[in-house]
Amino acid sequence: MGEKMLMKGNEVIGEAAIRSGCRYFFGYPITPQTELSEYLAKKMPKVGGLCLQAESEVSAINMVLGCTASGERAFTSSSSPGISLKSEGVSYIIGSDLPCVIVNVQRGGPGLGGIQPAQSDYLQATKALGHGDQHFIVLAPAYVQEIATLMGEAFDLADIYRTPVMLLADGALGQMMEPVDFESKKERVLPEKTWAACGHGNKREHNIVNSLYISPEVLEQTVLDRYERYKMIEENEVQYDEYMTEDAEICIVAYGITARIAKTAVKAAREKGIKAGLFRPITLWPYPKKELAALADKVSKFLVVEMNMGQMVDDVKVATDCRRPVEFFGRTGGVIPTPNEILAKIEEMNGGAK
Amino acid sequence: MVVFDKPKALTDVPFHYCPGCTHGIVHRLVAEVIDEMGIEGETVGIASVGCSVFSYNYFSCDMIQAPHGRAPAVATGVKRSHPDNFVFTYQGDGDLAAIGTAETVHVGARGENITVIFINNCIYGMTGGQMAPTTLLGQVTTTSPYGRKKEIQGNPIKVCEMVSTLDGTAYAERVAVDCVKNVRAAKKAIRKAFEVQKNKQGFSLVEVLSTCPTNWGLAPEQALEWLRENMMSHYPLGVYKDITKEAKDNE
Repeated sequence: MGEKMLMKGNEVIGEAAIRSGCRYFFGYPITPQTELSEYLAKKMPKVGGLCLQAESEVSAINMVLGCTASGERAFTSSSSPGISLKSEGVSYIIGSDLPCVIVNVQRGGPGLGGIQPAQSDYLQATKALGHGDQHFIVLAPAYVQEIATLMGEAFDLADIYRTPVMLLADGALGQMMEPVDFESKKERVLPEKTWAACGHGNKREHNIVNSLYISPEVLEQTVLDRYERYKMIEENEVQYDEYMTEDAEICIVAYGITARIAKTAVKAAREKGIKAGLFRPITLWPYPKKELAALADKVSKFLVVEMNMGQMVDDVKVATDCRRPVEFFGRTGGVIPTPNEILAKIEEMNGGAK
Repeated sequence: MVVFDKPKALTDVPFHYCPGCTHGIVHRLVAEVIDEMGIEGETVGIASVGCSVFSYNYFSCDMIQAPHGRAPAVATGVKRSHPDNFVFTYQGDGDLAAIGTAETVHVGARGENITVIFINNCIYGMTGGQMAPTTLLGQVTTTSPYGRKKEIQGNPIKVCEMVSTLDGTAYAERVAVDCVKNVRAAKKAIRKAFEVQKNKQGFSLVEVLSTCPTNWGLAPEQALEWLRENMMSHYPLGVYKDITKEAKDNE
């Protein structure tokens, strides 16, 4: 265990990236994640790195594209409206099989929306941020400590599977301060970047980093190969957490900051004698389908709680094959649900307050 | 004895370009400069979207294909992490002066030490002859079928003039590849731009007035004539900025 520090979530993202060996950050200011850019603007020059403010989110993601295409670890960060702007670049990065890390400190939407915390980019992140057949790894921390851990893993996962990895946080996590320990992460074997376009030095054939395939058969095969990698990710990289699910009758499914609020509600429900539990997906893609399916054998009802209009509900229904009723409680637009609101919903599902 | 050979910096892949298209000439000039400077091994080229997207197959150096208009941002990412590499983008007028205008301006403003080879042929080639940001007033294209009118489609953009106002731009020259004399001058300009990059002096751009016989609906020779008669008056050839010369003049 290292020394614990009291840090803001947004700053932890930056510190964890530096500790993961990433030296290139390309960003553009947007609330509520600007502290990250500010932190890196101070820190990167001190570690021989670069924090460059681009002219737009569009440029920032394309600077990431160039940097990672030449073999370096690179990342960018934004909040919801800015992530929409990055979607083109992310699709090209996927199509070129490049690793990178993208941080989304979510705020309310659609449009300019608001600046308060939200989870309303769940579908965008997990289903289709950009155009084309695609997935990328989506990590959803619930604690500042978990930001440090997952951010550390994100760069390794990106390199191993040659894919973007998104850290999907929200304005609350970005802004809150908690003690954090940048403990050593899991050691992984990283592949050599033989594909990097950084000058062939007259020692090999030229490398081409490209997402264009004019022949439909060749493009199809490229996508199929990529989906083989996705299969490996689904088999090996699912992460989740459970709380009091062993004997639970009503199981909440929630991720990120909402899972913490839901946990308080579960405790309160238990005090009232209601057998509630919590299932928390940490990887939103790959989604913990098998684990939820197994839970459906034990619990009688699911309750999805999110800070959106129920974007994860279908994933729970699909994972459990609709074998149990799936209800939803959420607040949106930047409103954070209270433990009491969630408790009231649990009581309602339990047949009303007693 | 071989007196005329393919530059080493070009691959053996046959060009897909239409007959009479001047992309082939410009590719060759860039490759010759890379050969002469002996920098193929450390060069990274950025292909853009449009006809020249396949340039990644034609240059022997490492190549990256950028999204439409984003080549200067991609080049920034490469150059900032590999300052000793030579980095050039190869972009058409739609890519550089319409969808990628912001990227073009800011790469100049930041003085990124990269070189942009800008092909201006006043039309979108790949998509089949639509109006470009550089299409001349009165010019007929498939999306300006009655001729470009400034009241409707606005005015053509003069890229060399625009980027030369930016403090980070070290070198900007407009050349043409319509005749032997101008082809030689074009090569000299490309060499100069690469030298500026080699000396870490800032952003360099060479605008090359080019033809698109297919979409202009002209035979290759007529197209060269059209370039001389119509493009050169609106887009005058010349050096628009050269900080190396300014430095000398101030000595």
